[in-house]
Amino acid sequence: MTAIVQIDDVKKVYDGGFEALKGVTLNIEEGEILALLGPNGAGKTTLISTICGITQATSGTIRVGGHDVVTQYRAARSLVGLVPQEVNLEPFEKVWNTVRLSRGLFGKAKDDALIEKILRQLSLWDKKDTPIRALSGGMKRRVLIAKALSHEPRVLFLDEPTAGVDVELRRDMWEIVAKLKADGVTIILTTHYIEEAEAIADRIGVINKGQLLLVEDKDALMTRMGQKQLRIELQERISEIPQSLGEFKLELAEDGDSLIYSYDTRAERTGIAKLMAAMSAAGLVLRDLRTSQSSLEDIFVGLVQETGDAA
Amino acid sequence: MNWEAVKSIYFFEMARFFRTLMQSFISPVISTSLYFVVFGAAIGSRIEEVEGVSYGAFIVPGLIMLSVITQAISNASFGIYFPKFIGTIYELLSAPINFLEIVMGYVGAAATKAMFIGLVILGTAALFVDLSIQHPFAMLAFMVLTCLSFSLLGFIIGIWAGNFEQLQLVPLLIVTPLVFLGGSFYSISMLPHAWQTVALFNPVVYLISGFRWAFFGSADVPIGLSLLAIGLFTGLCLGAIWWIFRTGWKIRN
Repeated sequence: MTAIVQIDDVKKVYDGGFEALKGVTLNIEEGEILALLGPNGAGKTTLISTICGITQATSGTIRVGGHDVVTQYRAARSLVGLVPQEVNLEPFEKVWNTVRLSRGLFGKAKDDALIEKILRQLSLWDKKDTPIRALSGGMKRRVLIAKALSHEPRVLFLDEPTAGVDVELRRDMWEIVAKLKADGVTIILTTHYIEEAEAIADRIGVINKGQLLLVEDKDALMTRMGQKQLRIELQERISEIPQSLGEFKLELAEDGDSLIYSYDTRAERTGIAKLMAAMSAAGLVLRDLRTSQSSLEDIFVGLVQETGDAA
Repeated sequence: MNWEAVKSIYFFEMARFFRTLMQSFISPVISTSLYFVVFGAAIGSRIEEVEGVSYGAFIVPGLIMLSVITQAISNASFGIYFPKFIGTIYELLSAPINFLEIVMGYVGAAATKAMFIGLVILGTAALFVDLSIQHPFAMLAFMVLTCLSFSLLGFIIGIWAGNFEQLQLVPLLIVTPLVFLGGSFYSISMLPHAWQTVALFNPVVYLISGFRWAFFGSADVPIGLSLLAIGLFTGLCLGAIWWIFRTGWKIRN
């Protein structure tokens, strides 16, 4: 695979002196779905805006399909589609006209058949002559996607595509993304919803305070940082963890009727058997066992807190 | 050149105009008729002739200029301010187009609309007074140039404006007075001598004078000077727009 987007040490300082990007380096591979996770104000939108040409980087270079986004902006931008975070649409315009305008802006000749196909794919075809102000919020988001797809981009940026949309539409959106990926479109999406990244991304980048904290294959990330927890329910409540169990990473649940054992799935031995033996030696009788794996959310919160503490 | 983009912006903007065609058509017709009733009939009956032209006919070039200038500015400023206001400008900024193409699309459409209004007023005026146009091509050329240059100015105002009030500010406080004082309804030579000198600092005087020359063959200032003035003004506006896009002033923040 080759990198279709190459971001090299990009910094962005706004006029007020705020440093939104502090040297971001990232390669995005062709055909992948990359999810950028980060809290509000982390620099996700600034990064996307810099790639798309809405703002200019203070320093560093960005290439799309090998073309520099500043000096060869025509070639670079014609490869890129952008679905912005805000629903920015002309309220009085009809769906069809606004989508057609987008295609024209990117220098592509009129192709009504293609636009029809896109509108049908996004279940917008029966709304094509409806003024945008008469559409529901979810429909408006679809129009934004239709506009971005109208010029057949090879790289599609989705800036928080599912912020504030209902669960059903979110699922629809994921399906659309999966279809696009099948068509070979590279997709970069930013999101607050870790569930979303977990569900559809191939790779995950975590960004906070203008810095890219990590970019990793989703599954690898989950395994590498995945902590598993074993919850042991006890027959009788205890007030404190017996000293004989001191060598284990144990926590007493609030009400004292269960113990929580955290262990690393990567480790050669989980230590569960040993713990069981030690527990029985300590005279603890167990009633039930339950394991749970930490989600991406826990990983994310952990990472963001670390940078927050360091700063 | 990304001609598709220019074409797309142009026709998209024109479609907005055609949606409200009746409004666009009726309001200049009514306001021109009102001007003729007030200035042509009420005042004109006491003035008889100005520079050998009946007063009713004399004010036609000024009236056209007044509307063309106001329309060009308001169309162009609104045309670019609106995407900025509702946020759709993101698409212009992320599309593979340059400033010249954006300007050609928006300014072209605004100028076309202003030109249309100008011709409607000319047609309406012809119903009220006897009009003979001595230099029809020069008249059209002047009109096109005025439409273009003031659409460029409108475009700049639209980019500069931070809210709807500011959008109205420049047309209201600067342009309308300049046009009214620019000899729309009188000849500069009718002013006291000192005021004639002051009037020469008003750029609109050169426009109206040149335009009137195209109609009647007589002018307040030499026609060459009028051409130079409008050329200079267009150049200034183009320069300002080039600078705006180069620096991203008020657009890329």
